[in-house]
Amino acid sequence: MGRVVLHVDANSFYASVEVLYQPALRGKAVSVCGDPMARHGIVLASTPPAKRRGVKTGMAIWQAKQVCPELICVPPHYRLYVHFSRMMRAIEESWTDKVESFGLDENWMELTEPGFTVEDGARVAESIRRRVREELGITVSVGVSFNKILAKLGSDMKKPDAVTVLDEAHWRERVWPLPVGDLLYVGPRTVRKLAPLNIRTIGDLAQAPPEMMQRRFGVNGLMLLEFANGLDKTPVRRVGVEETIKSVGNSATAPHDIATPENARCVVYLLAESVGARLREAGMRCGSVSLFARTTELDVAGHQCRLPRPTNITADIGAAAVRQLEEHFLDWLPLRSLGVSVGQLTPDTAPLQTDLFGEARREKQEALDRSLDGLRQRYGHQVVNRGIVLTDRSFVRVNPKEEHFVHPVGFLQGRRGAG
Amino acid sequence: MDTLVKTYVKVRADFTPEGQIVPLKFRTEDGMPCLIDRIIDIRPAPSLKAGGQGTRYTCRVGEKLIYLFNDRNRWFTESVD
Repeated sequence: MGRVVLHVDANSFYASVEVLYQPALRGKAVSVCGDPMARHGIVLASTPPAKRRGVKTGMAIWQAKQVCPELICVPPHYRLYVHFSRMMRAIEESWTDKVESFGLDENWMELTEPGFTVEDGARVAESIRRRVREELGITVSVGVSFNKILAKLGSDMKKPDAVTVLDEAHWRERVWPLPVGDLLYVGPRTVRKLAPLNIRTIGDLAQAPPEMMQRRFGVNGLMLLEFANGLDKTPVRRVGVEETIKSVGNSATAPHDIATPENARCVVYLLAESVGARLREAGMRCGSVSLFARTTELDVAGHQCRLPRPTNITADIGAAAVRQLEEHFLDWLPLRSLGVSVGQLTPDTAPLQTDLFGEARREKQEALDRSLDGLRQRYGHQVVNRGIVLTDRSFVRVNPKEEHFVHPVGFLQGRRGAG
Repeated sequence: MDTLVKTYVKVRADFTPEGQIVPLKFRTEDGMPCLIDRIIDIRPAPSLKAGGQGTRYTCRVGEKLIYLFNDRNRWFTESVD
């Protein structure tokens, strides 16, 4: 039975939502910018006019303004994007419950059913495209194919507001001439490694000898070879946006430079507090804590440490981050900004290896943190603060919880799960 | 058009046992009460003039048709061309 898989990709998602809410921006070069790591920030998403002028995601704002002086930068409204992501998903779920999120703005849908053809899939894709535009006011491009890799490739081929069908009979003539970098998981580094082997298009990759691919790239080489030959078999898993959270991070640019160790400790604790709160909100525990710093000369450095056991307790995260601050960053003062992020997330429902004597303390701490979260939810962030935060009153105004980034989980995790 | 500012309005509504929200009247930004005579259409839609998105109620208010939007429980209006 042939599979029918759709990939729905919201065009310039963050920027489109911003323009929808601020009609005065329509038709202008607009970027959603925000990197808490620097006062200067980076571009997160841009409207088509900005893209045409050469503005790219990840550019520093000053670079973007150099290529496009009339660029309008707006801050991100993350909660609004989550709201739109949920509405988009609800439309897709009117056809199937097998919807897999790949970040906020992309979903796969599995429509495979006996008798369901790729033409039927194309009709569903058209209907989704129309409904998203008419009901949400943003546009999507949809790829229709027989596996996830090709569906994703299809959604990139024609934008915005379009449907591309890559069926079993004709996909090669359309896909093989494309540059190999268009394939999911072939990043710029892989492209550079493939070029000396004369592999420049997806077709070149498809015909590469498997032994050579394995020798050069290991298991991943064979995987890419499968992708290029349309042999991807990974299933569409039911994955919500909440489950795609891989790491939680937070950083703050202080109202003034962070000049003393006390200041730095205070900021790190503030950040740890909000990372911990979001971790608990997401129902997760973390296994590692990283600290990033940016100096007033804008040098950046980061250090990561593993925790002895997964935690979501603010005090644990804060202590780990402060330890790294003291080991690695005190020579760097004054700092412009600091960031705390946590990784190796596991659900807080997963069993923990308990520590006989520490268990009571851990439960108490978790309960205390949750009560603080509740207080803040009801009365605002400033209702309770750590003593250390009062060492510099100007930091009390910083509410780091609003600014945050969430990274989607890798596609490959699903692949491994599929075995 | 660029100078159009979106203003949220105060709304009185019924919550039906089925979970639907039916707006009955609202106050315009200058404080004028407007009684909704009839709701002609309800659907999710973007507001292209005021900016935003929500559940759009097409309402007859006297002689006029008005769009009333509910965007996550904040309400705003838009004139119908």
